Amino acid sequence: MIEFRGVSKRFPDGTLAVSDVDIVIPPRKTTVLVGSSGSGKTTLLRMINRMVDPTGGQVLIDGTDVATVDPVVLRRGIGYVMQNSGLLPHRKVIDNVATVPLLRGVRKREAHARALELLDTVGLDRSLADKYPSQLSGGQQQRVGVARGLAVDPNILLMDEPFGAVDPIVRSELQQELLRLQGELGKTVVFVTHDIDEAFLLGDQVVIMQQGGHISQAASPAEILANPADDFVADFVGANRGKRVLHVTEVDGRRVVVDDDGRAAGVLAS
Amino acid sequence: MKWLWSNLDLVGELTLVHLALSVPAIILSFVISVPIGWVAHRYRWSRGVLLSLCGLLYAIPSLALLIALPIFTGQRTTSPINLVVALTLYGIAVIVRTAADAFDAVEPDVRQSATAIGYASFSRFWGVELPLAGPVLLSGIRVVIVSTVSLATIGAVTGVQSLGSLFTDGLQRGIQAEIITGIVVTMALAIGLDWASVAIGRLVMPWWRPSRAQRRRSLERVEQVDAS
Repeated sequence: MIEFRGVSKRFPDGTLAVSDVDIVIPPRKTTVLVGSSGSGKTTLLRMINRMVDPTGGQVLIDGTDVATVDPVVLRRGIGYVMQNSGLLPHRKVIDNVATVPLLRGVRKREAHARALELLDTVGLDRSLADKYPSQLSGGQQQRVGVARGLAVDPNILLMDEPFGAVDPIVRSELQQELLRLQGELGKTVVFVTHDIDEAFLLGDQVVIMQQGGHISQAASPAEILANPADDFVADFVGANRGKRVLHVTEVDGRRVVVDDDGRAAGVLAS
Repeated sequence: MKWLWSNLDLVGELTLVHLALSVPAIILSFVISVPIGWVAHRYRWSRGVLLSLCGLLYAIPSLALLIALPIFTGQRTTSPINLVVALTLYGIAVIVRTAADAFDAVEPDVRQSATAIGYASFSRFWGVELPLAGPVLLSGIRVVIVSTVSLATIGAVTGVQSLGSLFTDGLQRGIQAEIITGIVVTMALAIGLDWASVAIGRLVMPWWRPSRAQRRRSLERVEQVDAS
C-alpha cells in the first residue's frame, strides 16, 4: 500500500506542483492519476521512488516513509516504465531487460535467462533479444520497457505515460496487454496519463487531478461517472455530453444504446 | 622518388618516432579532457570558465610554448617529453568543448530513466553517460588526431626529431623531394590514425550507426580546425 499524507511540492522557482495531497493507493490494484499538464500527476508519481522529494508531508510504502530509504535501493525495488521507453540505446534488448537485476548483483547467466522469460511474458519474440532498441518499433520498445520494469518482480510498478508516444492502434494493443498482465501478476500499478479513456479502461481507482496539484476526485470509474465530485470533474470526464451519455432506443424490436450524438454504442443485453 | 627510395629507412624511422610523439599526446589529451568536459557539462557555472581557459591554450604560439615549457617541466627544450606535453595541451584545447558537448548530447530522457531504475551516479557515468557520449567524443578525437599529427612536426625546429625533420633538413640542403615526402607522409599518418580511431570506435560501440549527417558534421569540424 502506498500512502500520501499531506504531501506538497513547491519547486525552487516557486510553482506549487502538488498541494496537500492525501491519498491511499491500494495494493494489487491499478491506480491511474489523470489530469491535464501542470496538474502535478507526474510529480506525484515520481515522489514514490524519490525522483522528486516532497517539500511537505510524507510518502509511505507499507508504512515506511520513503524519505528514510536510500533512493538507489528504493528505485531498484520499484518497476519504472516511462514514455519513449527510456531504454538504454547502447545495450541490447536482453541487457536492457536485465539491467536492474545486474545492478543488484544477480549473475549474468541467471539475469539473462530471466530476461528471456520476461520477453515471453510481454509478448515479444525471443529473437529480438540481441537487437538494439533503435532496431525495434515503438510498440516493441514499449513492451521491452514493461519487461524491464518487471525484471526484479517488484510489488510496485510505476508507469509514466508509457503509451503516450505510440499510435492509437498500438496503444490499444498495449493497453489490452497491460490488462492481461495485471490480471496474471496483480502488481500495485500507479499509472499516469492525460487520457481519460485510458484512465477509465485501466484503472480500478482513478484519481482526477486539477491545476496546481489538487485532487478533485479519487474513485472507481463507475462512481466518478455516476457522481462527479464537481463541475470540473463532470466536464473533464465528459459526463454530461457526447459518448458518455447513452440512451436506449428501439430498433426493429431490439433495444439499441446510442450516445448523445446519436451514434450506436451497442445493444442492450436482455 | 629517387630520394625516397634511398632514404626509406630514415623515413620509416621518423614515422615511428612521429607516432611515438603523437599517440601518447592524443591519448593523454583525451583522458584529461573527458573529466574536464564532464565537470563543464555537470556544473553550469564552471562551463564558461573551464572552456575559455582551455580554449585559450590554443592561442599560445606553439614555438613560444615549446621554448617556455621547460621552465615548468624541468625538461630540456630538445626533450621529446617537452613536445608531448605541449601537444597534449593543444589537444586539450581542441577537445574539451567537444567533450562537454558530448555529455550534453546524452538524451535527458535516457539519463532520467537510468536514474529512475536505480543507477547510482558513479555507475551511471560509466554505464550510461560515457558510452552514450562516445560518438561525439570520437568526433573530437578525430580532430585532435589530425591537429596533433600535423603540429608534432614543429618539434623539428626546437630539435625534437619527427617527420618535421624532413622539412628542416630538406630546406637547409635544398632537397625538394624530402620536403614533399615529409608533407605526404605526415598527412598519410593523420589519415591512417583517423581511420584506426573510427575502426576502434565501431568495435567498442557496436550499437553506433554513424549517419551520413554525423559524418558530414565531423568532416566539417576537421576542416574548420585546418582552416584556423
